[in-house]
Amino acid sequence: MSRSPGGPGSDGVEAGRGLSAPQEVVERALAASRCDGCAVIVEDVSQVEVRFANNTTTTNGVRRDRRVAVVSFRGAPVGLAPTAVGVASASGEVDVVGLVRASEAAAARAGPASDAWALVEPAAGPGPGEGFGEPPVLTSPAVLDGVVAGLGDAFGRARSVGNLLAGFAIHGVESLYLGTSTGTRLRHVQPAGTMELVARSADGRRSVWAGGGTSSFDDIDIRAFEERLERRLAWAARQVELPAGRYEVLLPPDATADLMVALSEAMSGRDAEEGRSPFSAAGGGTKIGEPLSTMPFELRGDPAEPGLGCSTFLASGASGTDVSVFDNGLPVTATRWIEGGVLRRLRYHRAAASRAATTAAPPVGNLVLALPGATASLDDMIASTERGLLLTCLWYIREVDPVTLLLTGLTRDGVYLVEKGEVVGAVNNFRFNESPLEVLAKTIEAGRTERALSREWGEWMNRTAMPPLRVAEFNMSSVSPAT
Amino acid sequence: MVSGGGRADLGDLPLAALRAAALERAATLGCSHAEVRVERIRSQFVALRDGQVETTVDDTGVGVGLRVVRRGSIGFAATVDLDPAAAAGLADQAVGLADATAVALGRPVELADEPSHGEVQWSSPYDLDPMSVALADKVALLEDWTGRVMGDRAVDHVAARVVAVVEDKHLADLSGTVTTQRRVRLFPVVEVVGVDDRTGTFESMRTLAPPAGRGWEYTTGVGWDWDAELASLPSLLAEKMAAPSVEAGTYDLVIDPSNLWLTIHESVGHATELDRALGYEAAYAGTSFATFDQLGTLRYGSPVMQVVGDRTTPQGLATVGYDDEGVAAQSFDIVRDGVLVGYQLDRRMAADNGFSRSNGCAFADSPLHVPIQRMANVSLLPAPGPGPGPTTEELASGVDRGIYVVGDKSWSIDMQRHNFQFTGQRFYRVEGGRLAGQVKDVAYQAQTTEFWGSLEAVGGPSTWVLGGAMNCGKGQPGQVAPVSHGCPSALFRRIRVLNARGEASR
Repeated sequence: MSRSPGGPGSDGVEAGRGLSAPQEVVERALAASRCDGCAVIVEDVSQVEVRFANNTTTTNGVRRDRRVAVVSFRGAPVGLAPTAVGVASASGEVDVVGLVRASEAAAARAGPASDAWALVEPAAGPGPGEGFGEPPVLTSPAVLDGVVAGLGDAFGRARSVGNLLAGFAIHGVESLYLGTSTGTRLRHVQPAGTMELVARSADGRRSVWAGGGTSSFDDIDIRAFEERLERRLAWAARQVELPAGRYEVLLPPDATADLMVALSEAMSGRDAEEGRSPFSAAGGGTKIGEPLSTMPFELRGDPAEPGLGCSTFLASGASGTDVSVFDNGLPVTATRWIEGGVLRRLRYHRAAASRAATTAAPPVGNLVLALPGATASLDDMIASTERGLLLTCLWYIREVDPVTLLLTGLTRDGVYLVEKGEVVGAVNNFRFNESPLEVLAKTIEAGRTERALSREWGEWMNRTAMPPLRVAEFNMSSVSPAT
Repeated sequence: MVSGGGRADLGDLPLAALRAAALERAATLGCSHAEVRVERIRSQFVALRDGQVETTVDDTGVGVGLRVVRRGSIGFAATVDLDPAAAAGLADQAVGLADATAVALGRPVELADEPSHGEVQWSSPYDLDPMSVALADKVALLEDWTGRVMGDRAVDHVAARVVAVVEDKHLADLSGTVTTQRRVRLFPVVEVVGVDDRTGTFESMRTLAPPAGRGWEYTTGVGWDWDAELASLPSLLAEKMAAPSVEAGTYDLVIDPSNLWLTIHESVGHATELDRALGYEAAYAGTSFATFDQLGTLRYGSPVMQVVGDRTTPQGLATVGYDDEGVAAQSFDIVRDGVLVGYQLDRRMAADNGFSRSNGCAFADSPLHVPIQRMANVSLLPAPGPGPGPTTEELASGVDRGIYVVGDKSWSIDMQRHNFQFTGQRFYRVEGGRLAGQVKDVAYQAQTTEFWGSLEAVGGPSTWVLGGAMNCGKGQPGQVAPVSHGCPSALFRRIRVLNARGEASR
C-alpha cells in the first residue's frame, strides 16, 4: 500500500492521495475471496459545494469519499448459479481481507437467496473494460469559480433592489469500479452538478426559483439564472388570490420531472405482479400493454441519451425488490417504460423476470419523457392558453394512496395566472392531490422535451429531460399561504 | 456515563494525531474557530419480503471532517483517509475554500461562546450492542415475526425489516473541548398487506413501534410489547379491508401519539428552527411562518399546548451528551401556554441574534458533512397534575362525531409550515363518545396555528409515548437526522378530513 500525505498546500479535493488505487482494491478483494463467486464495487466520490442564503455564503465544503462493497456468493456447483449471498461494505482505506471475510461469513449463514441467478459473464470476455485502468476523476473547487464570482455580483444586485438570494451549487464526480470473479472489470465515471437559485422579496411575499442540472458547470451562467428569476419576479408584481379547485395547469419541464420521477419509482414489476401497485391489473397480473394516455408518450431511460449519459452496467452492493447483487455487471441499455402511451416495461432483476416470464429491466440512471413530434416551448404554450395556472415546481411530494399513486405536495416558488396568452399575475400556492398516472391521462398538450431538474428528487435523480405539459382539471386541494 | 451504556469504539484510530494535525494546522492558518470530527458509523439493514431475505446491508462508514471559520468565512473539508497528514491537509482545503468564497460573503460568521468541556465521554443507554448480534440472527428474528402473521387469511404479503445504527463520534475544537460519544438506535418494522384481487386494490397495516435510542434488547420486549402488537396486526388489517370509506367532511379528531408525533415534527419542530425562520433554508427545506419578530407573542395554539426541545430525553434519537459544535445538551421551552417562547439554535444562529449561548442543536449526519442546525427531541407535554389527566378513552368520550387516528403514514407540509396533510395506519369512527369501528381512506388537512388552536385537551402522562423518525431530511447536500418526539393523545375540534380515494378520481 503506497501512501503519500496530502499535506499543506494540497489543492482542492485531492487530499485523498493516500488512498489505494481502486483497481488494486478490486484485485486484492477478488484474490482474497474463498467463496464460489465474488463481486467488488469501489465508488470513489469527489465533491465541492457552495451554499448561500440571505445574500451571503453560508457553508462551503469539499469532500472525498471512497466506499467499497464486497458481495460473496456461495453454493455454486460448477457452471450453475450460486444460491446464497453475503455483503459487507466500508468506507475509506478499508481492510480489504477483513471485508471479504465479513461478507463470506454472512454468506455462510445465509439461506437460499430469492434473487439467486448465474453471475453475469462479461460480454466482451474477461479482462479490463474501457478505462478500467484509469485513476478516479476528481473535481476541484475551481469548477465553481465562475459561480462564486457570479454570486458576489448577484448578491450586490439583489441588495440594491431589496431582494434576498439563496441557493446551492454542487459539483461531484463519482468514479465507479466493478470487478467480479467471472472476469468483469468495468469502470464508469459520472460527473453531476446542480445549480439552484431562489430570489425572495425582502417582505417574503414573492419567491421564485430556477434550477438546472449540469455535468461540468461550463454551461451554467449565473446571470442567465438571475434573468429567469427577474422575469418571474416581474410577473409577481400583481398578486391574485384564487381558491382551491380543479384548474388547467401548465407544468414546466422541472415540474413534470417532479411527477414523472415519482411515477418511475413506482414501476416495480414484482409489486405489480403481487397486486400491490398501481400497475397491478384487477384479477391478477400487471397492466403491461394497457394505455396510460391517449397521447403517444414515451418514457424512457437510455445510457446514451445526449447530455444525460449514465452507466451502461449495473453495480449494486445491496439487493432490493427489483435490483439484485447477482446482476452485477448486467448491461444497462435503452429501456422504453412507456411507448406510444402504452405501459411496456416494469423493473425486474433477472430472477424475478424469469419467474414472470419476461426480460430483466434494471434501473437506468436517467429519465426522459417525450411526445414524438412535439415542438412547442413553454412560452408557446403560455401564448396559446385561454385561462390556466403556470407552475414553477412542486415540493414535499409524498404518496397518499399507493393503489392510485395519489401524491400530495405543494406548488412552490411561483404560480402564475395566464389569461388570453399572457401572464397576468402571481397566484397563491396550493396543496395538490394528484396522481402522475392521472396527469398523463389528463394531459391535453405537451411541448418539446428539454433538460429538467426535479426540485423534489433532483439530488439523487439529476439527469432528467421532460416536456412542458398542459394538464386539464389538476386537483388543487387547498390553498397554502406559504411563499 | 449513563448506566447500561457503552463506549465509542474508536480506539484503533489515531484520534489524538488526527485532531492535533487538523487543529494545529487550522490555528497556524489563522482560523478563529475550528472543530474536527472523527467518526465511525456502523449500520446494518435487513429486509425480508414474505419471509425471504430481500436486502442485507452491513456497512461501516468512517471519516474525518474539519470546519473552520477564518475572517468570518466558513470552510469545510472532509475525507475518508484517516491519516494525520490528510487531516492537516483538510485545514488547507477548508481555509482555501473559505478564502475563495469570501468574495460572496455578505455577512461574517460568528459563533456564540461555549465553555470548554475538556475531555469527556458519553454514551446513550443500551444493554445489547446491536452490532454484536450476527446478521443471521437478525434474519432469524424477522423470520419468526413474519411467521407469526403470515398464516392469517387476511394477510397476503409481509414485509419485516430492521435498521440498526451505532454512531461513534469524536470531536475536538480549538477551545479544548474533546468529546467522545456513542449513540445506538434501532428501528424494527413489520407491515402486512392484504390484496383484493377482485377490485385490484390493497391495504396495509404496519407496527406502531417507534424507532428508539435502544440496543437489541428492544426486540425482546424491553420498551415495546412485540408479541401483542404482532398478534393484533392481521385482525387490524382484516377490519381495515372491510371498513367503509370515510365520508369527507369536518370531524373532531382524537389523535394517538403514534400519529401526532409526526404532526408535531412537521408543524412545530421544523417551524421553530431559527435558521429556517431567518431564511437560511429558503432554497431547500423552506422558511417558517413563525418569524423571529413574533418570539414571545405568536399565538401558536391553545393554552393547553406546552412544547419543549430536549436533547436529553431518555431513548431519544436526538439525545446526545454534546452536540456537533461541542455544546452541552440542554432542555428548553419552545411553546408555553400556547405562545411561541423559544427556538432551536446552533452557535451561529445564537450569536447572530442576541442569544448568549446555543441550546445545542447542531448535528452532522456524517463526518463528511458540515454540522448544521438540526432538531432536538421536540415534545408535547401531557396534562399537568394534580391527578392522572385524561385517558385516550376519556378524550374520545367528549366527541359526538369524530375520528380516532392511529399510526403515521403519509405526510406533507408546505415550505413555511402552514398547510399540512397527514394520513395514518388506521382510523376509528367516534360516535357518541365511543369508538365505532374502522373507516379507511382518511387524510386530515389543516393550517398549523388553526390546528393547534383547536387543541382542546391533552391526555395524561399515561398516554404519553416517545415516537420518532430515523430519516428527517434537511440541508444541501442532504443530511438525514434521527429525532424523537414524545406526546400524549390529544383532542382537536373541527378538522378537515378528506377521502383520499375520492381525491384521486376526476
